[in-house]
Amino acid sequence: MSSETGFDPKLYDRFPTKGPRPKEELSELKRIWCAPRKWEHLTVVNNNYVGLYYVGAAFLFFVLAGVLALVMRTQLALPLNGVLPQETYNQFFTMHGTVMMFLFAVPAVEALAVLLLPQMLAARDLPFPRLSAYAFWAYLVGGLAFFCSLFFGLAPNGGWFMYPPLTSKTFSPGINADFWLLGIGFIEISAIAGAIEIIVGVLKTRAPGMTLDKLPIFAWAMLVFAVMIIIGFPSIILGTLLLELERALDWPFFDAARGGDPVLWQHLFWFFGHPEVYIIFLPAAGMMSMIIPSVAQTPLVGYRMVVLALLATGFISFGVWAHHMFTTGMPTISVNFFSAASMAVSVPAGVQVFSWIATVAAGRMKFNTPGLFALGSLITFTMGGLTGVMVGLVPFDWQAHDTYFIVAHLHYVLIGGMVFPLFAALYYWTPMMSLNALSERVGRWVFWLMFSGMHVAFLPMHLTGLMGMPRRVYTYLPGRGWDLPNMISTIGAFLIAAGVLLFCIDFARRFRFSADASAGNIYGGGTLEWLPTGLYSTRSIPVISSRYPVWDDPELAKDVDDGRYFLPGTATGVRETVVTSPLNAEPQYLQRMPTPSAWHVWAAVGTAGFFLLLTVQAYAASIFCGVVAIAAVLRWLWDTDRPLKDETADIGAGIRVPTYVTGPSSHGWWAMVILLIVVGMIFAMLVFSYLFLWSRRPDLWIAPPSQSSFLLTTSGYLAAAAIPMLASRALFKWRAGAFVATVLMIAATGVQGAAFWQDFASWRAAGLAPEASGQGATVYGFLALQGCMLAICVLMTGYLAARTACGMVDARRRATFDLIWMFFVYTALQGFVAAMLVRLAPGS
Amino acid sequence: MWRPTSIPSMLAEALAGWPPPVLDPAGPFNTPIVVLSWALFVMAAGVTLVVAIATGLALFGGPTWKRRLGGKRLVWIGGLAFPLVVLSVLLVWGLTLTSRLSEAPPPGEMRVRVTGEVWWWRVAYLDGQGREAMQDANEIHIPTGRPVTFELESADVIHAFWIPRLGGKVDMIPGRRNIARLQADEPGVYAGQCAEFCGGPHALMGLVVVAHTPENFERWRQSRLAPSAPPADPLSQRGAQVFEQSGCGACHAIAGTTANGMAGPDLTHVGSRRSLGAGILPNNRGTLAGWTADSQTIKPGNRMPAYKVLSGADLQAVAAYLESRR
Repeated sequence: MSSETGFDPKLYDRFPTKGPRPKEELSELKRIWCAPRKWEHLTVVNNNYVGLYYVGAAFLFFVLAGVLALVMRTQLALPLNGVLPQETYNQFFTMHGTVMMFLFAVPAVEALAVLLLPQMLAARDLPFPRLSAYAFWAYLVGGLAFFCSLFFGLAPNGGWFMYPPLTSKTFSPGINADFWLLGIGFIEISAIAGAIEIIVGVLKTRAPGMTLDKLPIFAWAMLVFAVMIIIGFPSIILGTLLLELERALDWPFFDAARGGDPVLWQHLFWFFGHPEVYIIFLPAAGMMSMIIPSVAQTPLVGYRMVVLALLATGFISFGVWAHHMFTTGMPTISVNFFSAASMAVSVPAGVQVFSWIATVAAGRMKFNTPGLFALGSLITFTMGGLTGVMVGLVPFDWQAHDTYFIVAHLHYVLIGGMVFPLFAALYYWTPMMSLNALSERVGRWVFWLMFSGMHVAFLPMHLTGLMGMPRRVYTYLPGRGWDLPNMISTIGAFLIAAGVLLFCIDFARRFRFSADASAGNIYGGGTLEWLPTGLYSTRSIPVISSRYPVWDDPELAKDVDDGRYFLPGTATGVRETVVTSPLNAEPQYLQRMPTPSAWHVWAAVGTAGFFLLLTVQAYAASIFCGVVAIAAVLRWLWDTDRPLKDETADIGAGIRVPTYVTGPSSHGWWAMVILLIVVGMIFAMLVFSYLFLWSRRPDLWIAPPSQSSFLLTTSGYLAAAAIPMLASRALFKWRAGAFVATVLMIAATGVQGAAFWQDFASWRAAGLAPEASGQGATVYGFLALQGCMLAICVLMTGYLAARTACGMVDARRRATFDLIWMFFVYTALQGFVAAMLVRLAPGS
Repeated sequence: MWRPTSIPSMLAEALAGWPPPVLDPAGPFNTPIVVLSWALFVMAAGVTLVVAIATGLALFGGPTWKRRLGGKRLVWIGGLAFPLVVLSVLLVWGLTLTSRLSEAPPPGEMRVRVTGEVWWWRVAYLDGQGREAMQDANEIHIPTGRPVTFELESADVIHAFWIPRLGGKVDMIPGRRNIARLQADEPGVYAGQCAEFCGGPHALMGLVVVAHTPENFERWRQSRLAPSAPPADPLSQRGAQVFEQSGCGACHAIAGTTANGMAGPDLTHVGSRRSLGAGILPNNRGTLAGWTADSQTIKPGNRMPAYKVLSGADLQAVAAYLESRR
């Protein structure tokens, strides 16, 4: 095997080491990783705790949204029933969809990733523990406040898809829609923070020797999941921003009368919304591919095909969004493309299903609760996938679209494809972190109630839909034959609820958190999370040479726990983990990890407060919260980028790696690149919006500003992109390089600000108003995005100047500078492209 | 408030509802979809069976079956080859049918413009030059045996026009004009409903399509073009007065009178409609009076204010007047 980083793979032969380890090593490790107690526990960052709370919060939202569903099913049990008034029903179904998608499904799988990935990869923790904790707190605080809008009758009522113009100011004058738009805002931030954490974690903190070919399937699935979030979520972020701008400032992005188009929203929404379904399904499929081999006691059949299937699903899923729009009157050619892609995306799902069946056949399946849920998922998901194929065919979709047939289809896919695997996972992984496993006897009841309830509730809905019952109706008239199937569906819903309730009771009775005295590997799993662990994950970090190391090396658990592998204690006396290379997982350097802190908690509370207070139009309080959030983030960052005195450290068996790196091998560089991809996607979706609206109503477009403004703006942006490159060189060159570099960065900010102002002023002078047309809205949309980025650049410059003044930047200690530098160059280039685009295409 | 009668009666009703409208084609724009649908149901049931049997054999089969199924070969055949074949066949079928059903209407086809409004349907019959020749609401009359083009628009939010037995649904989107073509082979009444969530009482936004034989349709058309007679009996005459004095004409139009409002449904022929409140109530003097007095209880959120101020006698008179507008 050739080396990726210059690391000599022969060094792995030094492990497991011989001889006993010093006694105090383990107690030192425990002391360093111990969690804060009492009130200070709120500042905890360790993935065992944060992951667990995260899963708990997601489950809470699952139950809450489920209760909404029960009330709705009660309302629909009989025609013209009077349980829920119309307006309340509309709020309930909107919240059911929104909460299940945004506050349950995505956070639940991110939460499981935070909880499980470090153990599975034998990392001490994920690379940005405070970011995970921040994502969790923003989600919990914001999510709860968002949910409470229901109790004040202020919950959004336009459906989870929020189609304008129903959700525009004219038809939704209240703040209900704003709750959705701004409430979902911080959940998106939280999801993206989690995704960055997962990508960097999976690629950079694997156990040495765990090449991509040996990565547990769950980690593969989470990697694809996180990449899909990075590509897909920016679209909905932009969509919500545009709709909020239309509502608040009357910029007509979606107003057909002024050259906007409501269909633009549908494109933006579903470009996120359909991948979202796979974003939810893939991690669950990853869990299935972990659980089935364990309960069947045999390796997964077709590992590489399953990995390819995950990648293919991720790829194809971005080409199917418009199959939600077959009835909007799209041209036949586009309809055909999306229909074909929708067929294609079911092939990789088939590969995974048959891989699971083959695994079952190759082994000897045990009918324990995780096994039952896995089998239930397999059959239910298959059925949902098949109705998916049906609605992927356009003529059938014209009939089934927006009827209860779709309600049935999507619940088969999501419950079969996500909820059942999640319950399998809850049963399967509970013994990893609890003193007791959950009850198998109760578990069977839970499974059969949920499984039968699921089919009783949703199988008849296919028929209800074919009988002509549309979705999203708060009531229906008698005499159409809809009564009986609706009554049956309601009974099924309560059966599911009984199963979930039983689960909650059993969980409350038997779950007792413990990092180091857990019930252990009772299902006989073969992957690293079943090694003995503490809050620091495994005592030492093993060298991996197979996909199921626990099965293949019977001594592994003992050797790991005796500290015979990498990092048996602490190398530098602080929290740390080994950062490895992305392909072959060769040790690269020792990352010093953050400790508990109040700052990310304040940042999260500030973020959630900013969005929510903005919704209720408490502007002063909202801005205060925003300032708190930014100040807390800066304070949190201040502690980072502190090189240790020792430039290298011994991570076991005399192998020494650096303790500080910057540039492409560092975890910070990866995170910044991913963040810039997020921003780039937001920008790309705005470009799409611009061209889309232009294609609709070019007659409303006015001529761009003068040539001279064009030259000034673009050359300004190019200069602003070039200066940071000079600054980067300066930092290396002179003793006072830090000072020179900072001055140059301040200059770059100024030049960029001037270019921005020139751009803005020239459009004003050209007579374009944002309220005037689709052109006005999108051009000022570009300016608004650029303005926000510029404001961040200003903040970054200030931060850099402060650190320079404190002597915290120099030629060696340059991680902070390098990250800021990348952001600057990107921002200037984005401004350049935007200025070109709006003047040259379309020209006039 | 409606109360359930009994489970057997619900069952009888459900059985009477078979075949469900979507699978009960009444014209050439739905028949091929229904054929495709049945093929899809058979496919779905068949594949579910294959997966269930494979899973069963994988679980309980003897060593031979386990050996056969427990390898990568199964993934290649079952997971890749099998779906590719099935899906390709279906896709070709689906695409062909899609283009056949989306063919542009030939010139000279009868055209009806339907505009979605919160929460009712504005109907206009177009003449050969595309001008609106006749106004109506919530009920569309067509001749049997030939396709009719529907120009679908929206006055406010997105709605969707859907007559399940006649064909698939098409969205009505502000700023766009979508086309749907439908044909009924037999005379009859075909129920439809708004399928895209449009807020408030979206659940109560129905419409009906009434298909006549070509001769009857022509007779119906002529009767519509003739001016309607002024109210004949004293009660209706009084109703006409109340209608005028209460300001009903600000929102509703009745041809030949001063009432020319455009906000609500045209009432020139309201008495001849089969239903009231956009497909939710039977149409008779009692429901007309009830709707006028308190439509907000019947269809909460609709744009017509309740006229509880009218006395019982006035309501009866207005109802009689409206009933006479045939």
